[in-house]
Amino acid sequence: MSTPHSGPAPARATMRTPLGRVRGLGAAKSGTEHFFTQRLTGAANLLLSIAFIIIVISVAGQSYAAARATLGHPLVAVIILLTLLSVTTHMRIGMQVVIEDYVHTEGLKVLLIVANTFFSIAVALAGAFAVLKISLGG
Amino acid sequence: MADSPQRIDRPLSPHLQIYRPLFTMMMSIVHRITGVGLYFGMAILVWWLLAAATSPSAYATFSAVAGSPIGLLVLFGFTWALLHHALGGVRHFIWDFIHGFGPERVLLAKATLAGSVVLTVVVWIIGLALKG
Repeated sequence: MSTPHSGPAPARATMRTPLGRVRGLGAAKSGTEHFFTQRLTGAANLLLSIAFIIIVISVAGQSYAAARATLGHPLVAVIILLTLLSVTTHMRIGMQVVIEDYVHTEGLKVLLIVANTFFSIAVALAGAFAVLKISLGG
Repeated sequence: MADSPQRIDRPLSPHLQIYRPLFTMMMSIVHRITGVGLYFGMAILVWWLLAAATSPSAYATFSAVAGSPIGLLVLFGFTWALLHHALGGVRHFIWDFIHGFGPERVLLAKATLAGSVVLTVVVWIIGLALKG
């Protein structure tokens, strides 16, 4: 009566329990990281965006020296660095989902996903470098 | 990354073109469009920070572009996209906790749109009032 997929697996096939296989993430080797990271960074972005809007409003219209003084303040600099980290992580995953939804040519899809990674990291590092340069007085 | 195998002409399941446009559906699309807009808008933010880090003339160039009518329009749009995407994200959190799937989903969608417009105007009124 027993078919290959019902009842306990033959001992020779695997010693791992179904739970063990799930914890090992199975054949896909990845699970819900993207989903969870989008929620984690999304929540962070909510808080950081509020602080960021306040920073932008206070810097808008300021002179060059005053703008640099505001941006270089440790609290402001740290908030911008956190924002850059959280936002670029979130936008990279989001854009990857968009690419995977609409681009079905394998080569172009891989190329765009690579470009997406380059752009996201470039935004993060260029922004972080600018803030650190201002803040550390370069 | 999901693989995309060789294309084979198969019958397609109904997609966007077959459904009557619904408000919640349009809001879902707008959530994605604002996300893509914010993605490229981040380049403006980095330009701002790099200009401030570079020189007074670089900062003056950025300020002139950002303060031009087109620049202000883009920044206004960026503000709205950010707030719309943020409120849409809050809606996603509500769904994640298994709420908001009943008839109230239309109200939630409308609140997202109305809230994003109102908050955008409020942010700009505050900004312009402080900088006059």
